[in-house]
Amino acid sequence: MNWLSDDAIERLREAGSEPELAGTPYRMLERLGRGGMGTVYLVEDSRLNRRVAMKVLEVADSSGDLEQRLLREARVLAQLEHPGIVPVHDVGTLPDGRIFYAMKFVQGRRLDEIARDSASLPERLRLFQKICEPIAIAHSLGVLHRDLKPENIMVGPFGEVLVMDWGIAKVLASSAESSPINNEVSAIAAALTGIPLKTPPITAQGTVVGTPGYMAPEQARGEIAQLDQRADIFSLGAILKFLLSARDGGVSAANHSTRRLSAIIAKATAPAPSSRYDSVQDFTGDIAAYLDGLPVKAYPETLLERTARLISRNRVAIVLVLAYLLARVLLILWRPH
Amino acid sequence: MNKIVYGLILGGVLGIFDGLTSYFTPAVRAALLGIVIGSTIKGLIAGALIGWFARKVNSLALGIVFGLAVGLILAFAVAAMQPGPDHYYFQIMLPGGIVGLIVGYATQKYHGAATETARG
Repeated sequence: MNWLSDDAIERLREAGSEPELAGTPYRMLERLGRGGMGTVYLVEDSRLNRRVAMKVLEVADSSGDLEQRLLREARVLAQLEHPGIVPVHDVGTLPDGRIFYAMKFVQGRRLDEIARDSASLPERLRLFQKICEPIAIAHSLGVLHRDLKPENIMVGPFGEVLVMDWGIAKVLASSAESSPINNEVSAIAAALTGIPLKTPPITAQGTVVGTPGYMAPEQARGEIAQLDQRADIFSLGAILKFLLSARDGGVSAANHSTRRLSAIIAKATAPAPSSRYDSVQDFTGDIAAYLDGLPVKAYPETLLERTARLISRNRVAIVLVLAYLLARVLLILWRPH
Repeated sequence: MNKIVYGLILGGVLGIFDGLTSYFTPAVRAALLGIVIGSTIKGLIAGALIGWFARKVNSLALGIVFGLAVGLILAFAVAAMQPGPDHYYFQIMLPGGIVGLIVGYATQKYHGAATETARG
């Protein structure tokens, strides 16, 4: 009797769990990866002759909760229109009864993979600013990502940034009723899938969702009701720290410039939400100020540090003026005969 | 304030200062007023030209080279116009060139008017 190897069993399992696409405009190309809620496949949309990524719910979901979550992720994404957020093209039910949504196929590398490349500090900070943009848009619409980490950020070949995996995104309670995310698309999603969308699945108080190391302390404690945009700001601060430490081994406090950058990270990742930046715009404002050689909110400067920063920022102009004055003094002292 | 006005103001101020430094050269102290007026006019012309260039060309290196060239050419012209056997080419052209360089650098770095670049 021949026993099947583990690899063979795994391949059989994968083949068995492949979604049934017969009768749909999609053609299976390959399996891209598996997340907590579903598996992502690369498929071809025969109507438009383009490749799209299809996220399909895992088979086992007796409660229907995952189904609701996947639909909710799709409609959250559909509402967040920004170049940094993957657009949803389609949502529906496959012939095998599983829920899916099709989105743009993102070609690029994950942030944790490219972080070790030799990019300068300003380039890394500018990349970080791009990561913050879609998050700021989401916050303005009352949506928290709640799982921001380098693995969930893709960087395209032209430096474009896409924030992925909005599966555990949360619509803030204060804006939930008025948010277009909770009102406008529900009916559309229900019509497309044939499944009425219930009240958005609410993560129970005490449940911990997120990734250790990138999760805000209040999120790690399961204080779901208390979460606001400052939880994402904590994660962004942790991502910034990762970005800067991936190549250089960390931001040391060796000089004034790095002390300012360290202070920005420390403010973003402060244990108490009240000590963090109030908004992503405030956070990126400090990054922009740092890049421009301007004072940052996170770091109160001494007079000496302020002077040093001004000299550093205007060193070329200062050298030119000193060169002029030196030339003048030498010409005054020089008496040709 | 656009780059031309900025160049005019900076060139004018530096021109006045440049002219006033001739006070420390006893040989020309008697002609101080004329030197200050001439130097100011030279600074204004240089500032306007360099500011115009900065408005057209967005390049720090080219701006500095253009500023240096304008400063040297105008300073050469002023030195050549000096009466008498001594034209003080070196004494006039060295600071004149540096002033042009400063204005060239400053006008390229100046971004006071956000619409300036868009207008071209």
